[in-house]
Amino acid sequence: MEATLPTKKEHPRWRELKFTLYRIFRNPSAILGFSLLLFFLGVAVAAPHLAPPKFEHAPYQMPHKGYSPTPKPPSAANIFGTSSGQYDIYYGIVWGARTAFKIGLFVVGFAGIIGISLGVIAGYFGGWFDELLMRFVDIVWSIPLLVLAMTIVVAFGRGLENIMLALALVEWRWYVRVIRSEVIKLRGQEFVEAAKLMGVSDIKIIFRHILPNSIYPVLIMASMDMGSMVISASFMSFVGLGAPKGYADWGQMVALARNYIVGPPDDPLKFWYTIFFPGISIILFVLAWNLIGDALRDAFDPKLRRR
Amino acid sequence: MDKILELKKLKKHYPILGGVMRRPVNSVRALDGIDLDIYRGECLGVVGESGCGKTTTGKAILRLHPPTSGDILYHPGDGGESHNIAKMSYSAMQRTGIRNKLQMVFQDPTTSLNPRMLIKHIIAEPLKEQKRWGARELETKVVELLDLVGLTGDHLMRYPHEFSGGQRQRIAVARAIAASPEFIVLDEPTSALDVSVQAQILNLLHKLRKQLNLTYLFVTHHLLVVKYISTRIAVMYLGKMIELAKTEDLFAGALHPYTHALLSGIPNPDPNLDKPRIVLEGDVPSPLDPPRGCRFHTRCPFAINVCAKEDPPLVDAADGHKVACHRRQETRKLVREKFGTADYC
Amino acid sequence: MAKLLETKNLVTNFYTYEGSVKALDNVSISIDHGETFGLVGESGCGKSVTVRSVMRIIQSPGVIEGGEVLYCDDAEHPEQCEDLLIKSEEAMRELRGDRISMIFQEPNAALNPVLTIGEQVAESYMFHRQRSMSRQILADVESGKISFGIFSPLLKWAYRRASENPRAPALRLMSKLPLLKLWGRPMRREAVNRSVGIIERLGISNAAELVTRYPHNLSGGMKQRIVIAIALACNPTLLIADEATSNLDVTIQAQILELLQDLKERRAISSVLLITHDLGVVAETCDRVGVMYAGILCEVADVKTLFNNPVHPYTRALLNSVPRFCVEGELATIEGSVPNLVHPPAGCRFHPRCKAASDICKQEKPKLVDLGNGHSVACHHIDEKIGE
Repeated sequence: MEATLPTKKEHPRWRELKFTLYRIFRNPSAILGFSLLLFFLGVAVAAPHLAPPKFEHAPYQMPHKGYSPTPKPPSAANIFGTSSGQYDIYYGIVWGARTAFKIGLFVVGFAGIIGISLGVIAGYFGGWFDELLMRFVDIVWSIPLLVLAMTIVVAFGRGLENIMLALALVEWRWYVRVIRSEVIKLRGQEFVEAAKLMGVSDIKIIFRHILPNSIYPVLIMASMDMGSMVISASFMSFVGLGAPKGYADWGQMVALARNYIVGPPDDPLKFWYTIFFPGISIILFVLAWNLIGDALRDAFDPKLRRR
Repeated sequence: MDKILELKKLKKHYPILGGVMRRPVNSVRALDGIDLDIYRGECLGVVGESGCGKTTTGKAILRLHPPTSGDILYHPGDGGESHNIAKMSYSAMQRTGIRNKLQMVFQDPTTSLNPRMLIKHIIAEPLKEQKRWGARELETKVVELLDLVGLTGDHLMRYPHEFSGGQRQRIAVARAIAASPEFIVLDEPTSALDVSVQAQILNLLHKLRKQLNLTYLFVTHHLLVVKYISTRIAVMYLGKMIELAKTEDLFAGALHPYTHALLSGIPNPDPNLDKPRIVLEGDVPSPLDPPRGCRFHTRCPFAINVCAKEDPPLVDAADGHKVACHRRQETRKLVREKFGTADYC
Repeated sequence: MAKLLETKNLVTNFYTYEGSVKALDNVSISIDHGETFGLVGESGCGKSVTVRSVMRIIQSPGVIEGGEVLYCDDAEHPEQCEDLLIKSEEAMRELRGDRISMIFQEPNAALNPVLTIGEQVAESYMFHRQRSMSRQILADVESGKISFGIFSPLLKWAYRRASENPRAPALRLMSKLPLLKLWGRPMRREAVNRSVGIIERLGISNAAELVTRYPHNLSGGMKQRIVIAIALACNPTLLIADEATSNLDVTIQAQILELLQDLKERRAISSVLLITHDLGVVAETCDRVGVMYAGILCEVADVKTLFNNPVHPYTRALLNSVPRFCVEGELATIEGSVPNLVHPPAGCRFHPRCKAASDICKQEKPKLVDLGNGHSVACHHIDEKIGE
């Protein structure tokens, strides 16, 4: 028998990984996305060195010298300037990167785990559990995010944790639907039927055959969500439901600069730095994840496989 | 000859749900009362057009699609007690150890092999279900199975997409025999393959049947393909079996007009023979609402009044050659008169 | 017979992650007017790539690297040929579906599920036959068969313009404006009328009723007939059928083959290029056959010669592996599998699987040699083979 492909001696999984990486990084937007992400990751990891906190126990509290409401332009002491209340913008940006990752990872992780496990069970077994779960998901779909967030804040008080919880509680519904439809598609596939014929148990079929083949759309969605969750959290902070004043969160920093978006009539761009730095951070962070998500979608598109 | 499987009045209806309450309003009669004995060691070809219930028969026997009614008696080869599979649950089949005795090879090897598993793991999967294996021992066994289907140990650490269609089908066959089955349903195993590869797979299947004493149910739409491998052939039309005969008898003396249409419809790869072609009018009727009487009468060139009224039973015409046709005595004469010849060689 | 289509040394490559796939290697075939030419081979041998290259519908990452595709529409003037590979995309679009049309394997994919059958067949006329339809409508108005009522001057002007140049800017503007865009209505009606005509010519009795239906109401065989009707709408000189019957049931396939034969006899189709893997279909329908293997053309001959006296070892092996009515015993096989065309075997591409391969086969590419009577073979061992 002749080999269909001439293959070098290397582990097949490594070969597959190399091929996947090639497909991802063939796309220029993936390179841009991953470089941006690496940059933010670097900032978040090196935060204690880039901007040493004043109090070790509360690193997310932005330091401020004085209480003057008028922002001060960038200077040697505050290289990005200070915001209203003399909060140091540079410090906020650096530690805000950590906050952004925290929000994204927590919300996507929580929603992903709940969504994937429920969706797989519902899709694979079907029947009354599926029917019940999907009707419950329909109900969750009817809950407006803002109302839920306000309820939680009213009940448990203001704070970033509560906003993250609210986001996670509504976000999982996406994952359930996506993974369920994938699983239903796979359930009728012949290799799943073949496994059933061999007497493989349902749990093994799920972990060996169903999950590895259905996880890709979820990965794509999760990477897009990492960005959009940060936007949502920023919005909550902006309307005053999220992080408290002075907390190192980009959304909260935009909220601080709310009154200084437009300067005095003779110089409307006078306080540009108050809004520009946190704003551009949010934009680039979300852009990074969206570019990555796009690149993953192109790479995992089954129609384009093996070209 | 001892029987391995007996199908008795086997029916499979797929309900069509309608209305708000999702009540069944109608049903697709994919399989409408099949009686069939399958003997140990034979290869029974099941032939028919799409929608005739041939694949459903195979899947019903394996319980992939649980039958609506009827019995499937399975007589194990080791002389153990017989089981009625139609009434057993999956776990009961697993418990009594007959789950792995009934296997299947699917039509398209690209979809029947998990694209994210290595060949080694694909073939090891059924083995691991039977007993605990040491890693070295398992690998030797897998290589042994690969050798049996004409592949080598070099192919162990590859993914299915790195193989050609024929090689993939070999892998699928290896996986099926890894479960050490007695009975295998072959669902159009060669129709996704090229002619030259088709011959390879047919020869391989034939060799394995002799070597491992297997029993096959070979489902196909192509009569010439089963001619080479089957000992008996059953022809199906719209959920019913209409003719059942030894392969030689069927090719030499088909008794049902539909079988004649199938035989003459196959494009003949020999330009010297000018064989007649029986072109049937119209299409296969919907299995939602099959015609009354003989199901074939709407397209049959020789239909008479009784055909529209009475459903002909499957009766023994001669020496195990069964046919369901009211005019079975005169079919060959009628075909010869209308189309010139009733022989296809 | 005059030549209709001739490819000369056609080379097509696909640029993939694994490397460039040499899908076609100097393929030269020629089809005469009035001939049914069969192109057979296993999957991946390049038979579909050949016709796609001819039609210039190769999709990325495929690139036509070289060669010529000469198309001689007029049988009376065989010297007036045009090279399809250097034509503009615009000109190719006019040509496809008009002079050369194509039927694909899957009728479900070829028909749009949200349009009626009539609209889909009419599409062909609306794209290629606006001029002649406009002329006919004007003639009908003159003879009083239809009347435009009070809009007569406007519509007459429009159709006069359309019979000269259907893509005139004034007409295109009119088609965008409310109310005025209705000028095309009589033409649509004419197109649907013609569709009924072509469907009737295919031997379907209730054509007038059929054109109002949607594809999902039809059976597989009927859908394939509609696809054929669309392909034949503009009286093409060449009909390319790419595995047109492979997915159909045996009895339905028999119906379609019968139909094609019948149309051929009635001269409704002139030349057909049939692509198939089924040697039975070839034996029953074709006049001449080309056998392809791994991107090369191995053998071309008329049907009787090819089946009775095949010369190329691949053709012989292929013919032996086909199940037949009158042959008993084990089927002959071709050992091994089709090579990966990223690294095709050096020399003759069939040599790794060829029983008669010698040293020269491993080093040199065999050329297509003419044996007379239109029988040509690409093999180093022709002389020994003929004697056998």
